[in-house]
Amino acid sequence: MKKRLLSIILGITVGLGALTGCASSSSSSSASSPVGAQAKARTLEEIKSDGKIKIGVFSDKNPFGYVDSDGNIQGYDVYFAKRIGKDLLGSEEAVEFVYVEAASRVEYLQSGKVDVILANFTVTEERSEKVDFALPYMKVALGVVSPDAAPITEVEALKDKNLIVVKGTTAETYFTEQHPEIKLVKYDEYQEAYDALLDGRGDAFATDNTEALAWSNQNEGFSTTIGSIGNIDSIAPAVQKGNTELLNWINDEIKALADESFFHAAYEATLLPVYGDTIDPENLVVEGGVIE
Amino acid sequence: MQDLGIQVLFQGTNFLRLCGGIWVSLRIALVSMLASILLGILLGSIMTSKNKIIRFICRIYLEIVRIMPQLVLLFLVYFGAAKHLGMDISGELSAVIVFTFWGAAEMGDLVRSALISISIHQYESGYALGMTKKQVFMRVIIPQTIRRLIPSAMNLLTRMIKTTSLVVLIGVVEVVKVGKQVIDANRYTTPDAAIWIYGVIFLMYFAICFPFSKATSILERRLKD
Repeated sequence: MKKRLLSIILGITVGLGALTGCASSSSSSSASSPVGAQAKARTLEEIKSDGKIKIGVFSDKNPFGYVDSDGNIQGYDVYFAKRIGKDLLGSEEAVEFVYVEAASRVEYLQSGKVDVILANFTVTEERSEKVDFALPYMKVALGVVSPDAAPITEVEALKDKNLIVVKGTTAETYFTEQHPEIKLVKYDEYQEAYDALLDGRGDAFATDNTEALAWSNQNEGFSTTIGSIGNIDSIAPAVQKGNTELLNWINDEIKALADESFFHAAYEATLLPVYGDTIDPENLVVEGGVIE
Repeated sequence: MQDLGIQVLFQGTNFLRLCGGIWVSLRIALVSMLASILLGILLGSIMTSKNKIIRFICRIYLEIVRIMPQLVLLFLVYFGAAKHLGMDISGELSAVIVFTFWGAAEMGDLVRSALISISIHQYESGYALGMTKKQVFMRVIIPQTIRRLIPSAMNLLTRMIKTTSLVVLIGVVEVVKVGKQVIDANRYTTPDAAIWIYGVIFLMYFAICFPFSKATSILERRLKD
């Protein structure tokens, strides 16, 4: 009796486990479709007849998607989302914002809970297998912050200098692999790294350029002197795998918006106040989906 | 510098939004708890059944609830149901379903153990006094069971209130998420807002959980007589 009970319980949990397994990662266990089970996404026609488009954005990632003190959603991603609403459905109000978490962005698309994800979504190979990315509207790379008294404007100037990095970041990987001649000073936390830079325990600090810009803009005497080095990652809207109609519409939209430099306007409205004017917007903004 | 962080709380509608957030948490927990109590009492009585098969099925249900983390259940109901069954369940409803599924099992087990903890001579004394089976249950067993249930049921409720912080992962904006939004919106202007906002959230959780534990002790005292 006891043994049988155990085996039945085991059977049920394994069964449920398999179910959750493909729910959370859409592994290749399902043979019927290459991307695992997914709910049917709404077509362009269905969105139009509904009059509402559901766009997933961050609500706690300033300045890309955040909620201001009056409870309104703001940010660079949101700026674009509203424009999509206006051009597709005739009104910025037609966008229904869904607040997503970084870890479940793919899930939201696969389960059809949102039509588009516009949540600072970095294009990676692994993600491209599960969702369809449209053309990029932003790019990120690494940036280097240095004191204004001893600015470091090129990587060569870092030779034999102490460069501060945070452990586990892309900055650490990049400089370890590509520039072994630079001495790295590693810290566990961002706060420690910033404190080290302020105390002069290093000559410069390397991190994601968006992070570097925001920090140097808030701290007198420091600037982001190298705005973009290392691998360039692109950030793009994503739709459910196979929703080609909507994907094409977004791609056309991004191309069309290049004529009016829409993303530069978005940059000025949302990112400039945070990043300051010391940096060339070309380091971040992508117009018409073309990365030079 | 001291008052810099706290002022974030009074900007715009920040405080009201936090209150709205705690109400979402409380609402989910209370609705689930109510359903759990009703289903739990039913389940608990079934669990004391002498039929082996019924007890076995109940046991499986209880084990599943205990083995599966609530987060997995939330994802299963919210994303899984949409992907595999084509059912689009809202985040809040998913949360209530999962919390009830969890609460009913826990409550059922509490009811079961409360029922069997009442010694056999309580029943027999009742019968000896000439009471019917119904009278014994209504006047002797149930009052004692309820008294034994109150502390553990309240414990379950406060646990449920605290576990609502998981529902943010299925898109329900509750108090912790509102707090994160407020902190992040002021990340560049007021970096030390975090400690204040989390402090306020702590007080809010306390403010809703404390009355329940207070009410428990009052109820317990009153039921003793």
